[in-house]
Amino acid sequence: MALLDLSEEAAQLSRQIDKKRDDLRGRTLINLFFEASTRTQSSFELAGKRLGADVMNMSVDTSSVKKGETLIDTAVTLNAMRPDLLVVRHYSAGAVELLSQKVDCSVINAGDGSHEHPTQALLDALTIRRHKGQIDGLIVAICGDVLHSRVARSNILLLNALGARVRVVAPSTLLASGIERLGVEVYTSMHEGLADADIVMMLRLQRERMISSLIPSQREYFHFFGLDFEKLARAKPDALVMHPGPMNRGVEIDSNVADDVRSVIREQVEMGVAVRMAVLQALARHLPNR
Amino acid sequence: MHEQDQHRPPRAIAFVNARLIDPSSRLDQRGGVLIQDGRIADLGPHIEAGAAGEAMLIDCQGHVLAPGLIDMAVLTGEPGHEHRETLATASRAAAAGGVTTIVCMPDTDPVIDDAALVDFILRRARDTALVNVHPMGATTKGLLGEEMTEIGLLREAGAIALTNGKTSIANAKVMRNVLAYAKDFGALIVHHLEDPSLAKDGVMNEGEIATRLGLRGIPAAAETIVLERDIRLVELTGGRYHAGQISSRASLDVIRTAKLMGLPVTCGVSINHLTLNENDIGSYRTFFKMRPPLRSEEDRRAMVEGLAAGDIDVIVSAHDPRGAEGKRRPFAEAADGAVGLETLLGAALRLYHNGDVELSQLLRALTANPAHLLGLEAGRLAKNAPADLILIDLDTPWVVAPERLRSKSKNTAFDGEQLQGRVLVTVVAGRVVYNYADDPGP
Repeated sequence: MALLDLSEEAAQLSRQIDKKRDDLRGRTLINLFFEASTRTQSSFELAGKRLGADVMNMSVDTSSVKKGETLIDTAVTLNAMRPDLLVVRHYSAGAVELLSQKVDCSVINAGDGSHEHPTQALLDALTIRRHKGQIDGLIVAICGDVLHSRVARSNILLLNALGARVRVVAPSTLLASGIERLGVEVYTSMHEGLADADIVMMLRLQRERMISSLIPSQREYFHFFGLDFEKLARAKPDALVMHPGPMNRGVEIDSNVADDVRSVIREQVEMGVAVRMAVLQALARHLPNR
Repeated sequence: MHEQDQHRPPRAIAFVNARLIDPSSRLDQRGGVLIQDGRIADLGPHIEAGAAGEAMLIDCQGHVLAPGLIDMAVLTGEPGHEHRETLATASRAAAAGGVTTIVCMPDTDPVIDDAALVDFILRRARDTALVNVHPMGATTKGLLGEEMTEIGLLREAGAIALTNGKTSIANAKVMRNVLAYAKDFGALIVHHLEDPSLAKDGVMNEGEIATRLGLRGIPAAAETIVLERDIRLVELTGGRYHAGQISSRASLDVIRTAKLMGLPVTCGVSINHLTLNENDIGSYRTFFKMRPPLRSEEDRRAMVEGLAAGDIDVIVSAHDPRGAEGKRRPFAEAADGAVGLETLLGAALRLYHNGDVELSQLLRALTANPAHLLGLEAGRLAKNAPADLILIDLDTPWVVAPERLRSKSKNTAFDGEQLQGRVLVTVVAGRVVYNYADDPGP
């Protein structure tokens, strides 16, 4: 909650002409991305710069991983450059935690495999709170590829903790085994899963899922699980439509729904910067001073 | 002991004042054992200090004297990955763990799929190993599951059994032919149970924990499907079949049914699946990544019950040495397997101390049963049997310190764990190959 309040302040700051603070002056922030990302990486970069940090972006493509350097060697190498903050995204679950054990600085998880994406959940919670005033008691339907989604897992954890009723809606092949044990209601029909929902959160569907025969075709997926106005009509009239991006228009979401007044997808991006500023500020208070 | 001593006849040894436990004859009584010329010359209550004569006298102080352990699933790195483990280092680990016979897997580089390679292992073992070593041959060339190996020639060269190592034969026809052909040579087929398509991409047991960790799961059905198919093929061929490691209650039920049908089917379980479960993975601890994966606590309980009831025949260490380069990685990318030779007995004794399994039943699955399956003379305390035996202190607690393990690789799932009970003396073919008093640790 304190983080969300801090994020609100950061959101205010980001709308001013002068967006600069000096919380992180003299500090070095490294964005270490083992997996391509546009919005997460750029919003961490902006957040760091607005707080006065020196920001360096490192993209470690798979080719250099294949050269044989292990994650731990990479971590040790970077650690020797004495960064204060390390923002890490990795394609493997648990990799960020493993890396954090090997470095001295603060590490922020910017997404690890299908495990977690905590700042995404925070920015989603912030966006919801700005529109609904609170999160407690809201019905949130998370729809789509839950099996592979770190966004879904982090949102389930955070929104549950904040008192929301969380549902997941997906075909059985895209539901993770035992997901109901995470405190969610499970639906395999959008019609039922979206009934009276306050929030409809769509997840990105990757094309690989069709190759591995988890779903038969894009056409069939959109027919049953793509968010269009008809399915959205099942939700509350003032329901918010969310998507962590990047969207596949016409696959998991109808283009017109994505651009509808109920869609807060662009605001999610704006809150992304604010939340990441708040996270960095909160960590800055705990950085060693000498 | 030193290698130059190996070719001299061993001195006679008299173990006295012991609690003799021999699962094969249901013996559990006070007494002693007299060893001469590498064999058990005599045993019983009448073997006392006065009867020792010329023999080296060992006063057991009431500790348990039992047959040495026979471990049916040991991977070494020889040939091909000697930096992980050699036959020599594995045998030192075995001796310190009370394992007097290791059966090594053919998953080496090259794969043990040719008679000359069986011969290589046997020679290397003769020259460098402290304990008995029996290689298993591959059932298919390169363990690829496609072409049958020269099973007859492998047997003649000394392959004690045949197995497709850490992979299942996916093709049912190949499996049928292997079972049928091996039957003509009286060869036991030991099979790994894992449907490759269901297990693909999986790195741990499927379920809530995997979902929370964001890791791909392997359903227990991946094991049961292969097992059920194999049982049908055993029914068809009459081949002798041993499921190397089962890990789930469903598989145990299949084994029970097959045994009731009177089929020549047996099964093993790893010490890991008897004493650990998927929760031990915690936050991505790669030393707990193994195949089959650690299952639920419910499945672990089933394994313990199956062992206690005698439905599970054999306990293996599933010793699988892996270096830091394989284990210090994100979980999904890390190598499978854990070392186990030195912790096998101590971990197994947990089941005895908990009251889950009787001592003689526990030891039976580590001695007499594997000996019977493999047609070995060892694994029992009896007159004229090979003098492979161990003296066990059942009660002394100790803490597993990886750096003190004799294995070249330190990937133990029992890192820092307290175990209760350990080996004091290990004798192989009448020679003392390990003595705790001279060589404490791990």
